[in-house]
Amino acid sequence: MNDPKAGFIGKSVERKEDFRFLSGSGQYTDDITLPRQSYGYFVRSPHAHAKIRGIDTAAAAKADGVLGVFTGKDMAGVGGLPCGWQINNLDGTPMKEPKHSVLAEGKVCYVGDHVALVVAETAAQAKAAANLVDVDYEILPAVVDTATADQAKTAVHDIAPNNVCYVWGCGDKAATDAAFTKAAHVTKLHFANNRLIPNAIEPRAANAAYDRAGDSYTLYVSNQNPHVERLLMTAFVLGLPEHKVRVVAPDVGGGFGSKIYLYAEETALVWASKRIGRPIKWTAERSESFLSDAHGRDHVSTVELALDKNGKFLALRVHTTANMGAYLSTFASCIPTILYATLLAGQYTTPAIYCEVKAVFTNTAPVDAYRGAGRPEATYVVERIVETAARELKIDPAELRRRNFIKTFPYATPVGLTYDTGDYDATLTRAIELADVKGFAARKAESTKKGLLRGLGYSCYIEACGLAPSNIAGALGARAGLFEAGEVRVHPTGKVTVFTGSHSHGQGHETTFAQVVADRLGIPLDDVDIQHGDTGKVLFGMGTYGSRSIAVGGTAIMKAIDKVVAKGRKIAAHLLEASEADIEFANGEFRVAGTDRKKAFAEVSLAAYVPHNYPLDKLEPGLNENAFYDPTNFTYPAGSYVCEVEVDPETGVVRIDRFAACDDFGNVINPMIVEGQVHGGLAQGIGQALLEHGIYNEDGQLVTGSYMDYAMPRADDLPKFTVETAKGTPCTHNPLGVKGCGEAGAIGSPAAVINAITDALSHMGVTDVPMPATPHTVWKTIRAATRV
Amino acid sequence: MPVPLSLRVNGKAVSADVDPSTSLVTLLREQLGLTGTHVGCDTAQCGACTVHVNGRAVKSCNVLAVQMAGAEVTTIEGITPAEGMHPMQVAFKACHGLQCGFCTPGMVMSAIDLVQHHPHATDAQIREGLEGNLCRCTGYQNIVKAVAQGAAAMK
Repeated sequence: MNDPKAGFIGKSVERKEDFRFLSGSGQYTDDITLPRQSYGYFVRSPHAHAKIRGIDTAAAAKADGVLGVFTGKDMAGVGGLPCGWQINNLDGTPMKEPKHSVLAEGKVCYVGDHVALVVAETAAQAKAAANLVDVDYEILPAVVDTATADQAKTAVHDIAPNNVCYVWGCGDKAATDAAFTKAAHVTKLHFANNRLIPNAIEPRAANAAYDRAGDSYTLYVSNQNPHVERLLMTAFVLGLPEHKVRVVAPDVGGGFGSKIYLYAEETALVWASKRIGRPIKWTAERSESFLSDAHGRDHVSTVELALDKNGKFLALRVHTTANMGAYLSTFASCIPTILYATLLAGQYTTPAIYCEVKAVFTNTAPVDAYRGAGRPEATYVVERIVETAARELKIDPAELRRRNFIKTFPYATPVGLTYDTGDYDATLTRAIELADVKGFAARKAESTKKGLLRGLGYSCYIEACGLAPSNIAGALGARAGLFEAGEVRVHPTGKVTVFTGSHSHGQGHETTFAQVVADRLGIPLDDVDIQHGDTGKVLFGMGTYGSRSIAVGGTAIMKAIDKVVAKGRKIAAHLLEASEADIEFANGEFRVAGTDRKKAFAEVSLAAYVPHNYPLDKLEPGLNENAFYDPTNFTYPAGSYVCEVEVDPETGVVRIDRFAACDDFGNVINPMIVEGQVHGGLAQGIGQALLEHGIYNEDGQLVTGSYMDYAMPRADDLPKFTVETAKGTPCTHNPLGVKGCGEAGAIGSPAAVINAITDALSHMGVTDVPMPATPHTVWKTIRAATRV
Repeated sequence: MPVPLSLRVNGKAVSADVDPSTSLVTLLREQLGLTGTHVGCDTAQCGACTVHVNGRAVKSCNVLAVQMAGAEVTTIEGITPAEGMHPMQVAFKACHGLQCGFCTPGMVMSAIDLVQHHPHATDAQIREGLEGNLCRCTGYQNIVKAVAQGAAAMK
């Protein structure tokens, strides 16, 4: 697997990073202990909503080993944690942006909100002393429920008296309303998209150190985008010089979105590290992860689909209320808007679409992007309503979809996107084969004999990935660019170190990106090393989320390679005494076209660093190039999922009998890794559909705050998936033809599962089962439907 | 007050003074510098901290170091040979049974214990046997495949 002759793209190469992880040699943030290390522990609010009358830190400050106790008063001169995306209301006014203090100032707004930081010699001493911090709370009523937050008598923030952050719209309302008046049939559903808690298995962690000699800081943090973290922290919160802060995101144990954001913890640590004069480490306990990691989803939607008498979609109308939680997390505002409503065309030619989104504040943990981020919610809306319409019209759900598929590309949707390419018929056809839908009727009959109910559900998803064209994002409210950067450093011997602004926290970039580089340069895979996750090494980076790494980060590397090859051709032309125009580069060799005169890649790189015979008058020595790449469009991965379930009507237990997926990710670099990404996404999507639910009680207490209460999918909860990547339609606007694969499974699967369950129960008149479809929920649904 | 403790870790005699409230994982990570064993939940539910104690898989966040007096403790570092890898590690790599790597050491330690006691485990038995180890990345499918392949290689 190291020989470049056969090429590396499209090969299931075993991962270069695996030995590190398998041998326990990974270096995660908590594994790093610095000289003179001290430890931090956060005092968190036990109340969902309360005024802070006073904080007495005297006893804690005197406790064993304590080095410092800090509260919001100490940090009063510091800015709030910023939101990176401005959404405007329908009337053009901006969203409400309450200050998100690093440590609470006068008020706490959710259970887990940060009240004080205690720093001590040991973690145990910091925790013990935190218990001595005496906070005088005046408890206020809590706002919890998403659907009714705008009618609550209490305001989470004074600047939003009705708890509304914004009311935003997308699409042509008049055209949509008009289409409904002409519809032969209208299907309507009302449902929630359940709150999820990301639960990367590595808890968030940070270790901040101040160096007085250089007046500089180093922050190790479990994070998906260290440059973004640094920019937000220095420029918007702490006012530190950006070049004096190095952020290292070393090995990171899963992210799924939850480690994109700038959090209070690492910000407070950096700030306090100068005051203490020692490095401070904090690692979340799992209960802290549950309380304070940004959560995902939490929508309530009313969805209406208008169809003509032939089952052609005329219009889709969606009203969604999205829970922001207590504060606006880094990208919270764009998730239920820009990454949600723009996907509501799905794979269909629906000519008129209107979506209105009301975002509300509640006394719950902030909600932000979690694997899929807006696109799972959009897919759930579209695929649940389409499947339900098919049943109401007694049209086969696959057939109804085919009647409405987009078939010609590029296709401009009525909600702002232009799909460049796709073949939805192909993925649906293949998924149906993989799931053996032909055999379903016979299997259903067998189930019936056993007293069990069997159902079949489809989901045909689309996502917008490869985030994002910066100018479009900027016009839509983004306060950051969304390009990516890469550097290709060719060493004198022809070995290559690549620095990428993408960050790998399980995605296998050290292998996939190396495959791209080795393939393009025609050198052995072992000659390429990928470095990421350190602002001290990598020139810049926007990080990894939104299935963007290969499409945007990979393209930046390709652009840098192009520059390396272009310079190499100049050097080779000089060495071969030929015209630059005659030099070809292929298979790791620069060759004079049509001759056997050639120089190997390593000969050219050596000449660049030992420039004795070199055109020094025209060309700089060295072979080191970087590139920034800003995409011209999103990428549009799409696919079809088929789920078959068996439901026990006596107990409500749902068993997934089979789950088949056919995805079109464009070109695929490493099929093994891509398949693994789909598996993981499916597990999270099926987890959402059947198991997972972040629940707050009416007082705003998180009742699913541990692994005993929040049902994570375990090995025996999941079926064996049948996953296939279609030959696919390559992306038309990046040189690799790639679309991204990280989120698809989580986006497409919840609707497939719920469609299968509702199919199994449809003869009872059931049209919806709330997520998660736990045995209790399914049993209650059956009972309600069958009670006379 | 710290108490003296003697045990064997990865085949070597270890003596340490530990606070009676110190968990085994804290001893391994903080005092012995064996950071391959991870803490994912601190409540014995995720299995990232799984090690072998006298040949059986144990969640090291949920036992006290002082309980280990005289015990033979093996961590992920201890099963990794000086050259190459343990057959279970080889199988995890070949089957893409890991992504972020955080749950992986615990998963491998559980898997070795599982197949040592159930060398002919079916896929369903493997899934049941790994119930105590959470992975958020892989969806478990390739882990199950790896454990079966590792089991065959260990025979």
